[in-house]
Amino acid sequence: MACVLAVLMLLWYALAIALNAPGAIERHLGGPDAPWTATELVQTTWSMARPILPAPHQIAQDTWHSLLDWPIDHPRSLIFHARVTAEATLLGFVLGALLGALLAIGIVHSVTLERALMPWIVASQTVPVLAIAPIVLVVLGSLGFTGVLPKAVIAMYLCFFPVTVAMVQGLRAPQAIERELLHTYAATRWQGLWLLRLPSALPYLFPALRVAVAAGLVGAIVAELPTGAQAGLGARLLTSSYYGNTVQIWSALLMATVLGVLLTTAVSGLERLALRHRGAVR
Amino acid sequence: MNASPMPARPTASVSRPGFGPSVVQINAASVTYPAPDAPVRALHEVSLDIRQGEFVSLIGPSGCGKTTLLRVIADLEPITSGQVLVNGRTPHEARLARAYGYVFQAAALLPWRTVLSNVMLPLELQGRQPDEAREIARTQLARVGLEQFERKHPWQLSGGMQQRVSIARALGFEPKLLMMDEPFGALDEITRDDLNAQLQQLWRREQRTVVFVTHSISEAVYLSTRIVVMSPRPGRIVKVIDSPLPAERTLAMRDTPEFMALAHEVRDALADGHH
Repeated sequence: MACVLAVLMLLWYALAIALNAPGAIERHLGGPDAPWTATELVQTTWSMARPILPAPHQIAQDTWHSLLDWPIDHPRSLIFHARVTAEATLLGFVLGALLGALLAIGIVHSVTLERALMPWIVASQTVPVLAIAPIVLVVLGSLGFTGVLPKAVIAMYLCFFPVTVAMVQGLRAPQAIERELLHTYAATRWQGLWLLRLPSALPYLFPALRVAVAAGLVGAIVAELPTGAQAGLGARLLTSSYYGNTVQIWSALLMATVLGVLLTTAVSGLERLALRHRGAVR
Repeated sequence: MNASPMPARPTASVSRPGFGPSVVQINAASVTYPAPDAPVRALHEVSLDIRQGEFVSLIGPSGCGKTTLLRVIADLEPITSGQVLVNGRTPHEARLARAYGYVFQAAALLPWRTVLSNVMLPLELQGRQPDEAREIARTQLARVGLEQFERKHPWQLSGGMQQRVSIARALGFEPKLLMMDEPFGALDEITRDDLNAQLQQLWRREQRTVVFVTHSISEAVYLSTRIVVMSPRPGRIVKVIDSPLPAERTLAMRDTPEFMALAHEVRDALADGHH
């Protein structure tokens, strides 16, 4: 782990020299004929304002300043942007998980629903989210929905699919003997769903939820791009790229990664809590 | 496990007239599965009358239809022709009336529920109050000697203990008719003897009607008041043997001449069925 990190860092710094050198010579050192030393070149490629590839310590510094030097409700604060994106992601995740579960319940209980829905569900995921996001935002915007909801809808669009697929499998997981047991008790369909199918589906559901929350984060960030949204990690990426501020792009990416790790860790925590009594699971 | 002193059954007679009214009536029942070449006759014109308080074992080699017959009575399998009545009703109506308890080959405990709440499951489905259901479940667990394990989860129990939980679960809602499909088949012989002794005491104490599927001759002879010997291709009854043994049985009885003669008779019937 530490070894891999060290090698990656070395490669990164070397790559930064290679990629930034032409710009550094052109813009900072007075051209190829000016009297600069190799040390000066290396120092410059690692500390330029708008490098092609910022050095890790530049990204770390920018992240640090963006996190701590501004109040958390200020547009220059990374926490502010991360919170906006996290809200859209979580709302979309909850909606997507509910939609996914409801679709799966419908599908396992009705062959007609399975035949009618499954092709559309699969087809929905073949449409690039970058293409559909602006449409959804424009349509919802014209209906008067702005702010967190349209972004949550895009996140939901990416979230529900893994949940549906896993839940269909999970709801069908009970063995014949378990279904027959409830049959001998003359249990209704709803009792069978609540007492047998749903608990059986949980070990299938949680890995899908981890995938879904990460996909939802991507959806929320993508949804913040096309409208030039005022806030959110997507908006931060867009404005940074607009001004050629590569260091800020990287710090926003770093923040998005941290947020993704936090969200999947939270889902894993829920999983451990929900499945803590099942010895064989995990 | 020890043979504690039990009140003698009021009807101590072992002959069939000593039993109550018919609980299960099977009249020329057949089950045929369609197959590409020739249809499989899992059960062929089987007739059997099981009375209140009897312990009836269905015994035979695999494929003889003993499990199919049990599943037909339990409405887990439809009959192709003939008639089956449980308490004078169709198996479907009897199932909806929750007239019977069924113990499967495997314990079939729900892994996310504790032992206690597994036993409570059928009681909850019956609509009993949680407190009442918990009380009954505790009593049933005590009967199979597992009261101190109520908070455990099924995976923390041995196979024999799991099967005892499933018996407690089947008895909890006090079905008059108890059906058991090779419940001890997957257990080691020592555990099996132990559970057989417990089941025998339970049957004598509560006078339930039991229909018991097994492929063990000694198990059938030890437990039954009547042994139904079946044979495959097509699945049918070849012999019905009334047990001359007294109602109260001990494991030591398995060495008596009467026990061995009965076991011999069952073995002969099984061999005859093969020809």
